[in-house]
Amino acid sequence: MAHDTHIHVRSQAEFEYAKKKRAEEMRGHLATFAIMIFLTLVAFTMVAAGFSAYLIVPIILLLAGIQVILQLYYFMHMSGKGHGMVAFFMFCGMFVAFITVLALVTIVWW
Amino acid sequence: MSSIAQKKGFGATIWDFMTTVDHKKIAILYLISGGFFFLVGGLEAMLIRVQLATAGNDFLSAGTYNEIITMHGTTMIFLAAMPILLAFMNAIMPLQIGARDVAFPFLNSLGFWLFFFGGIFLNLSWFMGGAPDAGWTNYASLALASEGHGIDFYSLGLTISGFGTLIAGINFLVTIINMRAPGMTYMRMPLFTWTTFVASALILLAFPPLTVGLFFMVFDRMFGASFFAVEMGGNTIIWEHLFWIFGHPEVYILILPAFGIFSEIFAIFSRKRLFGYTALVFATILIGFYGFMVWAHHMFTVGLGPTANAVFALATMIIAVPTGIKIFNWLLTIWGGNISFTTPMIYAVAFIPSFVAGGVTGVMQAIAPLDYQLHDSYFIVAHFHYVIVGGVVLAILAGTHLYWPKMFGTMLSEKLGKWTFWFFFIGFHLTFFIQHFLGLMGMPRRVYTFGADQGWDLFNAISSAGAVLMAIGVIILLVNVVMTSIKNERVGNDPWGDGRTLEWAIASPPPFYNFAQTPLVRGLDTFWIEKMDGNKKGMIYAEPLGDIHMPNGSIIPFVISLGMFIASFGALYFLDGDKPWALAVLIIGLVITFGSMLVRSLKDDLGFHITKAELLEDAKGGNTDGH
Repeated sequence: MAHDTHIHVRSQAEFEYAKKKRAEEMRGHLATFAIMIFLTLVAFTMVAAGFSAYLIVPIILLLAGIQVILQLYYFMHMSGKGHGMVAFFMFCGMFVAFITVLALVTIVWW
Repeated sequence: MSSIAQKKGFGATIWDFMTTVDHKKIAILYLISGGFFFLVGGLEAMLIRVQLATAGNDFLSAGTYNEIITMHGTTMIFLAAMPILLAFMNAIMPLQIGARDVAFPFLNSLGFWLFFFGGIFLNLSWFMGGAPDAGWTNYASLALASEGHGIDFYSLGLTISGFGTLIAGINFLVTIINMRAPGMTYMRMPLFTWTTFVASALILLAFPPLTVGLFFMVFDRMFGASFFAVEMGGNTIIWEHLFWIFGHPEVYILILPAFGIFSEIFAIFSRKRLFGYTALVFATILIGFYGFMVWAHHMFTVGLGPTANAVFALATMIIAVPTGIKIFNWLLTIWGGNISFTTPMIYAVAFIPSFVAGGVTGVMQAIAPLDYQLHDSYFIVAHFHYVIVGGVVLAILAGTHLYWPKMFGTMLSEKLGKWTFWFFFIGFHLTFFIQHFLGLMGMPRRVYTFGADQGWDLFNAISSAGAVLMAIGVIILLVNVVMTSIKNERVGNDPWGDGRTLEWAIASPPPFYNFAQTPLVRGLDTFWIEKMDGNKKGMIYAEPLGDIHMPNGSIIPFVISLGMFIASFGALYFLDGDKPWALAVLIIGLVITFGSMLVRSLKDDLGFHITKAELLEDAKGGNTDGH
């Protein structure tokens, strides 16, 4: 049960492994962070450069989608173990919402 | 809070229920209040049938009739059927997965009180200037034109009780994902747990569109917005879309737990493992998905165009496939079983033809061109009563008999139960079967009377007579409840003798901590496996006996909901202009709500522990009901 506390002393090998894992994770975070800054810059540059709205809007939406996925997987730890159900629900929810909104919008305004 | 038995006074019992966070007591609260609203809705149904019993009747005025049909639908769906199903989910689902409680006991209580105050608020409209009168679907053009405060009661009341349902849904999802006992994999969960799971997911995804719609409605009616006002550039059809994007999944939120209850009953009383368990699970999930893709079949005659109608017609017909899979699996579960026709079982057997009749008329209506003929006629009324009464209400009555011993520790009388069944079942078919033909003869729904020259007199009279039989059935059930409560013959763990799942492995009613030791699950139908292995204790344990951490009761959920209730009156009267106190009421209500949320956030409540010594004492004394 949750209230039983186990004290576990790490061996040297486990310690090394955990350290390596953390370093990798940190690298992942920094790389993702850099990519996100870059994507944001791209978005701003496009608007500043004054391209056609028909080009800018879909590209910005695409970039936003990529950013959401990066955010979820690298910063909110969905890449970790035991998140299968979370991912399943999120993608089901997105799927249902997408179909519903798409159908609603096409029926009402198209 | 001690686990040692003690007699409590009336006041203390009331206080106990007001502050409880125990899923079994919350289940009883849901059952009582849902049952109360069921009686209110039933009374409204009787008034409708009295009014329609003869041609040109003036028993009810046209305006009152509109209010009554609106409140009958709204009450039965939101305040009776759903809460009673939530009662069974609360009472049984945590036991079936071997959990001590739901994931968030405090939120469970909050969900109940929000529903309760929402329901009371809605029904107070009768005494405060008139009930809503635009039908339970509340179509926007009609609703915006409705005078008085009826529609405001509808939108605010449903918003509050909708919060409650949403909270309950999320709570069940988290419980089922995180709190299954060791060994209880997804594919070992009893079917009632599975249907609770899918229905909760539907609640999670379906209630937001309703909330959005109700918000628009509140803003249109009370703050001069124009989302639905065509003359201001709004679009009245959007309400219909939002309502049915919610409304169609809503009927699956009702029917899936009903399927779950019947699946349990078929397995128990046929003394057989469910036939095609895997197929039943996947059919449940599939129905859940399809439920979101068919809403426009309620709107074929709106003029969406042939493409949209064709797409939604096809999607609707596809739903018959997983439902058919379920029906055949149930039939094959019964086939070759060692059947005992107890009260729950006769409900279950009667459910199959009744529900199939409703399903078949559903497929008929899915044919868009035919729907142009059937739309807004009594054929539709007959159809949805066949699925809701023939499916959900029969499940509720069956579940009441099946789970009564688990919830209250005493068996409802089988003899009276069968009387209830026959009155209700015959009355149901008498009332609604003939309405198909009234519809085909052209009788429109929602008319308060009809002429003697239209040829609908006899069939309407027969329909009303059937309603009387249904009412007698319900009255016998009430008598049954009172008599068994007075007799109060206590029963053991497995009163039906053939229980298969974990809830039957522990005392009836279970102690307030449910399982002294978390069980280990070795397969589908855990309890049955242990019984077949000759295990006298009914389960094997996944952990040694130890202290159990329990949450403290709290009055805060009640106070939060009360604040919302008070604030709603303020919001309702605020825009009358001549009531300066309304703003004060609104503010006071919100202060109560947010103040009590603040108290909850700042004050640590770490719960308490039941010691091992107390558990051993309980095990010896056979103390089962925890007070």
